[in-house]
Amino acid sequence: MTAPLRAALFHRPAELDEALRLLAAHPEAVPVAGGTDLMVAVNYRHTRPAAMLDLTRLAELREWSDEGDAIRIGSGVPYTRIIAELATVLPGLAAAARTVGSPQIRNRGTLGGNLATASPAGDGHPPLLATGADIEIASTAGTRTVPVTAFFTGPKRSVLAPGELITAVTVPKAAGPQQFLKVGTRNAMVIAVCSLAVALDRDARRLGTGIGSAGPTPLTAPDADLIELPWNRPDLFNDALAAEFGRRVAAAARPIDDVRGTAAYRRHALAVCAARALRRVWTAAHGTESTR
Amino acid sequence: MRVEMRVDGEPAAAEIDRPGESLLTTLRDRLGRYGTKNACEQGECGSCTVLLDGDPVCACLVATAQCEGREVKTVVGAVPRPVRDAFIACGAVQCGFCTPGLLVSVADLLARDGDPNDVQIREALAGNLCRCTGYEKIIDAVHAAAELMSDGTPAPTRAHWITTPVVPSAANDATEAAP
Ligand SMILES: Cc1cc2nc3c(=O)[nH]c(=O)nc-3n(C[C@H](O)[C@H](O)[C@H](O)COP(=O)(O)OP(=O)(O)OC[C@H]3O[C@@H](n4cnc5c(N)ncnc54)[C@H](O)[C@@H]3O)c2cc1C
Ligand code: FES
Ligand code: FES
Repeated sequence: MTAPLRAALFHRPAELDEALRLLAAHPEAVPVAGGTDLMVAVNYRHTRPAAMLDLTRLAELREWSDEGDAIRIGSGVPYTRIIAELATVLPGLAAAARTVGSPQIRNRGTLGGNLATASPAGDGHPPLLATGADIEIASTAGTRTVPVTAFFTGPKRSVLAPGELITAVTVPKAAGPQQFLKVGTRNAMVIAVCSLAVALDRDARRLGTGIGSAGPTPLTAPDADLIELPWNRPDLFNDALAAEFGRRVAAAARPIDDVRGTAAYRRHALAVCAARALRRVWTAAHGTESTR
Repeated sequence: MRVEMRVDGEPAAAEIDRPGESLLTTLRDRLGRYGTKNACEQGECGSCTVLLDGDPVCACLVATAQCEGREVKTVVGAVPRPVRDAFIACGAVQCGFCTPGLLVSVADLLARDGDPNDVQIREALAGNLCRCTGYEKIIDAVHAAAELMSDGTPAPTRAHWITTPVVPSAANDATEAAP
C-alpha cells in the first residue's frame, strides 16, 4: 500500500510568479500543460515524475493579445483556440494547429508544450520559423526572449533551462498568404513524415520557410527564401521557379531514414510540397493563375 | 492527496498516490465509474473521451490532480437520449468498446452544430477509433441523432436504419435528464 500523495507533490499555482518560485524551489517538479506529450510518457512508465506543476490554472498563459504588428500567444492557449480565434491573423499557424492530433488533443495541447518537447516533427514549429516568431521564457531570474531560429538545439532539445517556463510566443501578423503542408498516412492523428510552412510578405517582398520532421531540429531554408521572384511582373512566375524553390527547400533538409519514411522520400516530398506552397501563396497574393 | 471534482453532476473525491495518475485511472479504479474505457492510454483511440469543463478530452492524458474543482462528464452524464437511441437504431454499436467515447464526442458535436455534414462529422470523430463498424453506421447515427434532436422524428430518407424499440435499463433512466 503506497502512502497517500502529499499535496506538495502536485503544485497548482494560480499565478505565474508563484509558479516560477515553486519551480525554483522544487526543481524536480515537471510542468504539465495539456499533458498530451507528458502523460503518454507517464502512462507508459517512460518517466515517473516525483512531482508535477500544473500550468493550466495560470490565466496569464491562457490568453493572447494583439501587439500591433504581432500576436502574443500565451504558451498555454490550446490549439482549438488558435484555430478558432487566430486563423485570420496567423493563417499558417492556424493551418498547422488544425492538423494536430484530433479534437481531443487540440482541446488540450498547447504551443508551450509543443516547443518544450522540441520534437523535430512538432507541427507548431514550421510556421513559427517561417514567420520569425519569438519565444518568451521566464524564470525567477527574469524574462528572456529567444528567436525561434535559436530555440532548438537538437532532437527533443532546446535552450530551455531548468527552472524556466515558456510564457508566450510572439508571432508577426501575416503580411500575405501563408501555407502549411503536412505529409502523413491519414488526414488526422499523424506525426508528420515531413511538413512545410511558407509565408509570403508581399510588401517586404520576402519569403519565409519552415521545415518539419526532416532534420535533427525543425529547420529554415535561407537559400530557398532568397530565390528571385518576379515581384514587379507577377505574371512571369512559372513552374520552373516553383520547382527551383522546391529543390532549394529539399537541399536545406537534413532528413534520416526512420519508421515513418526514408530520407530520399522526405526530400522528394518536401520538393513537391514547396513548389506547391509557393505556387499557392504567389497566386493568392497576386490574383494571377499560375500555369498549373 | 485528495482531489475533489464533479463527475456527472455529483461531487466526487479521490485520494491519489502519485502525481501522474490519470483521470482515466481515477474514474475507473478509484471511483468505480467504468463507463469510460481504457484501450491505449496514449491519446490515440478516444475510448476514454470525457468532457472536461465542457470540452472533449482524452481522460488518459489528463492528470487527475489537474481536475481539482473541475467538472467531468462521462458517457453517463454527457449524452442526450436521442444520441444513444440513434446509435442502437442505426447499428452503430458492435462490440461496443469504442461506443462510450464516441457518444461523448457526438454529444459535443451536436451541441455545437445541430446539423453537421459528413465532413464535419468525420473531422469531429477523427480521434475516436472503431475497429468494428467501418464508421458508416456511426455517421448515419449522427445524422439520425441530429434529426431526432431537431424535431423528434426520424428522417424517412436514411436507408440503413431500422427503428428498433429501445428498452431503457434502470441505469439509463437515471441519466434521462442529462442535458
Ligand atoms: C494522439 C496524439 C496525437 C498528437 N498529434 C500531434 C500532431 O499531429 N502534431 C504535433 O505537433 N504534436 C502532436 N502530438 C503531441 C502533442 O499533442 C503536442 O506536442 C502538444 O503541443 C503538447 O502540448 P501539451 O500542452 O499537451 O504539453 P504537455 O504534455 O503538458 O508538456 C510537454 C512537455 O513540455 C513541458 N512544458 C509544457 N508547457 C511548458 C511551458 N509553458 N514551459 C516549459 N515547459 C513546458 C512539460 O514539462 C513536458 O515536458 C500528439 C499527441 C498525441 C497524444
Ligand atoms: S485510452 Fe485514452 S485515448 Fe485511448
Ligand atoms: S463497435 Fe467495436 S470498436 Fe467500435
